[in-house]
Amino acid sequence: MAETVWRTGRATGVRVSAALLAAVVAAALLVPLAVPLDEQAVDLGAKLLPPSWSHPFGTDEVGRDLLLRCVYGLRVSLLVGVVAALAATVIGTAVGALAGALGGWADRVVMRIVDLFSSVPHLLLGVFVVAMFRPGVWPVIASVALTHWLSTARIVRAEVLSLRSRPYIDAAVSGGASRRRVLVRHLLPGVLPQAGLAAVLMVPHAIWHESALSFLGLGLPAHRASLGAMVQSARGSLLAGDWWPTLFPGLFIIVPTLAIAVLAGAWRERLNPRRRSELTL
Amino acid sequence: MTARTTVPWGPMARMAGRRLLAAVPVLAVVTFGVFAVAAASPFDPAKAYAGSSGLGAGQEVLAQLRENLGADRPFTARWWDWLTAALHGDLGRSASLRQPVAQAIAERIGWSALLCGVAFALAVILGTALGVLAGRRRGGRFDRAVTSLSYVLEAAPPFWLGLLAIWFFALRLGALPAGGLTDTGSDTITAGQVASHLVLPAAVLAVTQLPWFVLYVRQGVGDALTEDPVRGARARGLRERTVLLGHALRSGLLPVLTLVGSRVPELITGALLVETVFSWPGIASATVEAATSVDFPLLAALTVLATAAVLAGNLLSDLLYGLADPRVGFDG
Repeated sequence: MAETVWRTGRATGVRVSAALLAAVVAAALLVPLAVPLDEQAVDLGAKLLPPSWSHPFGTDEVGRDLLLRCVYGLRVSLLVGVVAALAATVIGTAVGALAGALGGWADRVVMRIVDLFSSVPHLLLGVFVVAMFRPGVWPVIASVALTHWLSTARIVRAEVLSLRSRPYIDAAVSGGASRRRVLVRHLLPGVLPQAGLAAVLMVPHAIWHESALSFLGLGLPAHRASLGAMVQSARGSLLAGDWWPTLFPGLFIIVPTLAIAVLAGAWRERLNPRRRSELTL
Repeated sequence: MTARTTVPWGPMARMAGRRLLAAVPVLAVVTFGVFAVAAASPFDPAKAYAGSSGLGAGQEVLAQLRENLGADRPFTARWWDWLTAALHGDLGRSASLRQPVAQAIAERIGWSALLCGVAFALAVILGTALGVLAGRRRGGRFDRAVTSLSYVLEAAPPFWLGLLAIWFFALRLGALPAGGLTDTGSDTITAGQVASHLVLPAAVLAVTQLPWFVLYVRQGVGDALTEDPVRGARARGLRERTVLLGHALRSGLLPVLTLVGSRVPELITGALLVETVFSWPGIASATVEAATSVDFPLLAALTVLATAAVLAGNLLSDLLYGLADPRVGFDG
């Protein structure tokens, strides 16, 4: 009984998540086309207005509409997150596939490097990289990519190792296919679904990482405020008792993260139906 | 009646020794990497040393500084100098804190340890309790509430939670101090003041670590409840409480406890953000300050320290794992 309730609840959860994610992404992509935001515009007569009908999220310390700023911030965060997640996935897939396909000492060396990178806390390594190369967008993206390729490399390597023992690979090898051909034509296509799932799951992590860097004042420049930078710049008004400039950017980080987690859980279930995912709401 | 278990101190000590030996090259490589990244970056140690006065400093002054600091030599040579000096206990001088790096770390590490220790203990205790209650009836109303909340908390940025906690508990209710270690204007550090200033940061750090524990314990207990030993215990007519706490929790908690050490990186990440939000005078907030002012000697030392902490956590994890499951042993 409880099981079926759980199941239907899960299907609704997937639908709601898909709708939320679509709405959020559409807003981030389309709203800036329709409503321009002048980051320099200041309306001190309307500063720090609490949420109301004309400003659903209220206004910030210089009178800008927070809903619009959140959408713009989300756009920056999503853009950085997606690019960084893609970069990390490409590095991770390349390293993992090479390690798995080559085997032997090359594999051991690569896995030692992966271990080495995992023994430095991610945010610390990210902070270090950005501190040395800032300011700009690229150091932030590099910092995320550099700290997030490890799990993809591990997943892809394990997948390649398991594919290598399949008969069709043996057949290709005994048919005279070169190492390169086996890797590109037979191993990589088998790995892509897993790598794709890893990439999607990484986007929230990348957004999280970027917003933490921005909050610490190490992220993107202020005229291109991401959600984390918005929380940072709202600190002053929070200490004066105005909660809305802090609350809403944070919610904008949480909602897409949760939606992606639920959807990825459903996708994983489809990839591997036997191990039912726990990642649902 | 339980058999008396003896702790295999010998193999455990040998494993710790091997790991210590293996940690030496890892730490050396990490420091090398830190220097290589710094060398590849546009960061100029001479300008950093000159600080804001360096803006007015002429080319000759900067060149002289560069020579004094040895900044023109290849980074491998600078790395070697730093390493040999560090082994003699000289970690250099922190420009942002205006004191030797070793002294800065010594002054601050205790406060970080206090914060992380309290938060972690809180997360383990609360996480276990909530996980058991949720895992007892998976799919039930309580389980769904706890699981959903865990995912939300896991997605929430720690700095955001910290700020909202400050707003609610410090500003709205006025019940707790908003940050720092002592009340402003007081010179002495008393235990009572530290305790009241510790509550909010420790609670927020604990909340950021909590979801992981809750979900793992829930999974472990829930799985254990469907296994034969529990069925056997139920068949013998044992009370539900004994079954849950004596059988399911015992087997469900083991894998979690053994993974505790591997949570060190997440704990450090959380501490970086929470210490900054609450102006807690620990080494994590010093790391952020070092990064924003590109205080290289401090940043390098703290990166190494964090890596050492992660490696120690991994060792602890493996030792506990070997103790909990004798089949695994201490060969790693």
